[in-house]
Amino acid sequence: MSEATIPIQVEDLRAKASRELESVPDLDGLEAWRITYMGRRGQLTQLLRGLGALPSEERREAGAAANAVRAALEESLAEREGQLKRAAMEASLSADAIDVTMPGWPVPKGGLHITTRIVREICSAFLSMGFTTVEGPEVEWDTYNFEKLNIPKGHPARDMWATLWIDHTDGEGEHPMLLRTHTSPMQARIMEATEPPVRVVVPGRCYRYEATDPTHEWHFYQIEGLAVDRGITLADLKGTLYEFARRIFGSERKVRFRCDYFPFVEPGVDMSIDCFLCDGVGCRVCQDTGWIEIMGAGMVHPKVLENAGYDPNIYTGFAFGMGPERVAMLKYGIEDIRLFYANDLRFLRQFA
Amino acid sequence: MLVPLSWLKNYVPVTDAPQELARRLTMAGVEIGDVDDMGTNWERDKVLVGHVLTVDPHPNADRLRLPTVDLGDGETATVVCGAPNVAAGQKIVFAREGALVFSARSGKIEKLKKAKIRGVESAGMVCSVLELGMGDEHEGILVLDEDAPIGTPLVDYLGDAILDAEVTPNRPDCLSILGIAHEVAALTGQQVTEPDISYPEDGPDIESEVNIEIADPDLCYRYTASLLTGIKIGPSPQWMQEALTKAGQRPINNVVDITNYVMLEYGQPLHAFDINKVKDRTVIVRAAREGEKFVSLDGVDHELNPPMLTIADSQDPVGLAGVMGGANSEMTDDTTSVLLESANFSPINTRRTRNALDMNTEASYRFERGIRAALAPIALRRATKLMIELCGGQAAKGIIDLYPTDREPPVVSISRRRIRQVLGVDYTTSQIEKTLTSLGFERAKEPGGLIDLIEAVEAAPAAERNDTLWMKVPYWRSDITIEDDLVEEVARTVGYDTIPTTMLSAQIPHWEPQPITELKDVVKDLMVSAGMQETISYSPTTLDNLSKVDALDESNPPLRIANPQSSEWEYMRTSLRSSILNTLGSNRRIAQSDGIRIFEVARVYLPQQEAKERELPTEKEVMVGVLSGPRFTTSWMASQEDMGFFDAKGALEHLFTGLGIQVTYEAASDSILHPGRTASLTAGKTVLGVVGEVQPQVLEKFDLGGYPVAMFEIDLESLLQAASEVNISYEAASRFPESYRDLALIVDPDVSSASIQQIINRHGLVSGSTPFDVYEGEGVPEGKKSVAYRVVFQSPRGTLTSDEVDRFQGDIIRQLTRQLGAELRG
Repeated sequence: MSEATIPIQVEDLRAKASRELESVPDLDGLEAWRITYMGRRGQLTQLLRGLGALPSEERREAGAAANAVRAALEESLAEREGQLKRAAMEASLSADAIDVTMPGWPVPKGGLHITTRIVREICSAFLSMGFTTVEGPEVEWDTYNFEKLNIPKGHPARDMWATLWIDHTDGEGEHPMLLRTHTSPMQARIMEATEPPVRVVVPGRCYRYEATDPTHEWHFYQIEGLAVDRGITLADLKGTLYEFARRIFGSERKVRFRCDYFPFVEPGVDMSIDCFLCDGVGCRVCQDTGWIEIMGAGMVHPKVLENAGYDPNIYTGFAFGMGPERVAMLKYGIEDIRLFYANDLRFLRQFA
Repeated sequence: MLVPLSWLKNYVPVTDAPQELARRLTMAGVEIGDVDDMGTNWERDKVLVGHVLTVDPHPNADRLRLPTVDLGDGETATVVCGAPNVAAGQKIVFAREGALVFSARSGKIEKLKKAKIRGVESAGMVCSVLELGMGDEHEGILVLDEDAPIGTPLVDYLGDAILDAEVTPNRPDCLSILGIAHEVAALTGQQVTEPDISYPEDGPDIESEVNIEIADPDLCYRYTASLLTGIKIGPSPQWMQEALTKAGQRPINNVVDITNYVMLEYGQPLHAFDINKVKDRTVIVRAAREGEKFVSLDGVDHELNPPMLTIADSQDPVGLAGVMGGANSEMTDDTTSVLLESANFSPINTRRTRNALDMNTEASYRFERGIRAALAPIALRRATKLMIELCGGQAAKGIIDLYPTDREPPVVSISRRRIRQVLGVDYTTSQIEKTLTSLGFERAKEPGGLIDLIEAVEAAPAAERNDTLWMKVPYWRSDITIEDDLVEEVARTVGYDTIPTTMLSAQIPHWEPQPITELKDVVKDLMVSAGMQETISYSPTTLDNLSKVDALDESNPPLRIANPQSSEWEYMRTSLRSSILNTLGSNRRIAQSDGIRIFEVARVYLPQQEAKERELPTEKEVMVGVLSGPRFTTSWMASQEDMGFFDAKGALEHLFTGLGIQVTYEAASDSILHPGRTASLTAGKTVLGVVGEVQPQVLEKFDLGGYPVAMFEIDLESLLQAASEVNISYEAASRFPESYRDLALIVDPDVSSASIQQIINRHGLVSGSTPFDVYEGEGVPEGKKSVAYRVVFQSPRGTLTSDEVDRFQGDIIRQLTRQLGAELRG
């Protein structure tokens, strides 16, 4: 036989096929290689067909060798295929690369007004202490805004609330209707409408005839609070407002309660927190006092309870009132209250 | 009220530093806004009172001189001085080397250095007012009183602090130095020494000298007067001028200064009349006559009307009670006889009068706050005594004291039980009594009278009555009438900071729904998540603004404010439309190419048609919103299109989906919205509002050119109605896959999408449909439009086959053809 023995031919084929497989560039080349060697008419297949002509002993030996080569080539093929697929995938992904620094699809961004935000924040501090949020009329009667609150006509304390009057006059030439100067008229309205116990917060717009400056607006919000029941004391007022201050301004704040005067409370209270800008040392914001006034409060005056039909010998309670804009100004370092209702979106969007 | 510490110390020892005293007063309810410290820089051993022994000429300078100053204990010093007024025998202020003095040259406080001036060494400095930081005067040195003690540290002699008390309206007693002294005494455990008010009554009986009558006892509660003769008008003494100046009053002459001094001392306004100018020596306290003329001390003409109260002589007013004296009875340099008035007038009438005449004076300020009638004779005697001492006069025997109705407050009770009930803290009766006594209250007997006693017994069990104290209110306090007033007195004196801090332990009230309040929060959150920014604008507006949006109802005009801040804010708005358009306009001027999406939830104020003066207006909650400008911010991805009707509608669809409300949109009209681009919104039978594009001529009125503006307006009461009818009930989702078909239909242009979808969605196995294309033009017959829908089919019972879906689609198309003349596009 001029030809080499079959095992030698098989071995040569294996070496050649393996060499070629190394240099197959892509998946198409791989398929061509498979057809060349392993296909139905492939070289290895052809060789194996030739085994039939061998004597049985040789055939067994050569068959075993050829099958081993076949298994080895199939394994190499699978491995090479894996390599080429990974390379192809990598190439395709890198071709799909984008500039990740370009901006995303524009989604319009909305926001709540800063007053809404702060009113919610303040009310929710009280809601968790069992208070409910209620609202009341902004156009009010003198009776509710003043008289039922122990501020009769001619009372010098009326100067504390410069009033915008509605242009109606009664028989005595007085203006009975006004824009409420505070949310306190709701104290009387709520007590007239409900039996104790009462625990409410009342946010809403108020109005005063006042020149405006960075800390004064004639149109502003107020949040009133009222808790009336048997056994409510000044100690409870202190505890409730202290808790409020912790929640809104942080647990490290100190709180100061001092005597103050409002005709509808007795005793009257002013609540301040220590200045968080200077930590009580004294600065421009706290006017060098170290303290920032947050709200007026006090025990509901017996006359106010009586005017609303509650027996002051049985029921006691506390009331408080604060300006949410002022709280927001302190929290966010806003220097001019007039920004709140000027509706410049560049201002409003900062708190959205 | 300015309170010089030096003046305060006349009545009560002050042991605290000024800042600490200010803090204590503030905590107790007398807020000290500011402490003006005089003499902080005067070091005790460096700034002293000196006595000028000799003044020698300077050898090298004509304008400089060399005073030699005695500093006590045999110490003397010679200084170089340029002041023209320095003279031997003067008491002056001497500053040693190292003292802190204000330098006129540098404008700063500097340490005084040793200096040689024109060859002569100066051992210190004789100081001017400016150098001491007491004022601007720099021409000459400060010359002290002759009795200034040599060698005394100046800070002991002249040092002072002035407390600026911001007194609340209930405490007219604290508009006086003595009132503050009583506070200080109670807070620091000291005693008040009140001034001596006794004096020799050497003149004739006052009753025989003047006639005084109160004609209107409802307006004048008490009138006391004394008479002084032989007085000499001149300047008041230095100490009084200094005290007045520090308290913010300008010294005038001895008589006027005394009335001002005693007013600041006791809080009781006084007035001095030249009795020789009072006709018939008769004073009648009476209401003004209609149109009566009066010239006040400041030379202003007034026309008076009843019930303004006058102090009149037998003919004309000589004073406006409680406000200001008259020019006709004014003190002059040759006044020799004075009728001194110390009275008590009706607070309300004083307030009305000063309001009507726009005359807010120190006197009216105190009277309108309701000072005690008991003060009148005390302050009168104090002022009379000072006049004898300082004006050289003689007082008539006795005083006039007309007091028609006793206005002394009753004794007030306070019980341990009430203190516990209000403050949440228990004090013994002796603690309570001690605290109140320190404030000047006195233990009193339980008011007598059998009936009082029976009532008291019935009202309180015996054990509690033993806990009850009856207290007499001090004569200077007018703010104590009920038990809780005393509770506050105790609380503020022991200090609010000593009262315990507890959490509310009472039961939490039943929850009551607040539907509109809660709905507003939900609505705002949904609008924000739709990309809209909330705004809040002033609720008063102008008629012009309302008429621009056609919101002016001639038959029921908006509420007018009688005293508006400005004509810009005169009428309570009946519509939010002009507000939101103005907000859009002001922002559009700043951001000319931004997409702006804003909304406001607020009230409109609708006067009652019938009884607008007897009933409050209806305050209706409304939401209004506008969207205008490019839909997207400048983007490399999104195309630059302007927002319009469908952007506003999209935001509303987001809102209604969030609330679970099914809303029907129908073409509608609105006086300011585009007739072809406006839809009404209804849920069931409830009309919720309107959405549409604002007409260009309306936009022009708001200076809004350039972009279309889409607007919506929703009535929140109606929205609440619709939301409350929503019943969410669970439906199981089909577990079988859905199939879809796209239908392109050719229809007449006036066939609405809603009518097409109504037919499509009626099919039982259609789970939804959405229009995805509208087209007119090539390929579509003239006068027709093409609308394409994606229709989704799904069955709860099994997977639909393609044949089934085709069959359903055919059914739907037949319906559309029959009812709307629709054809499938080829």
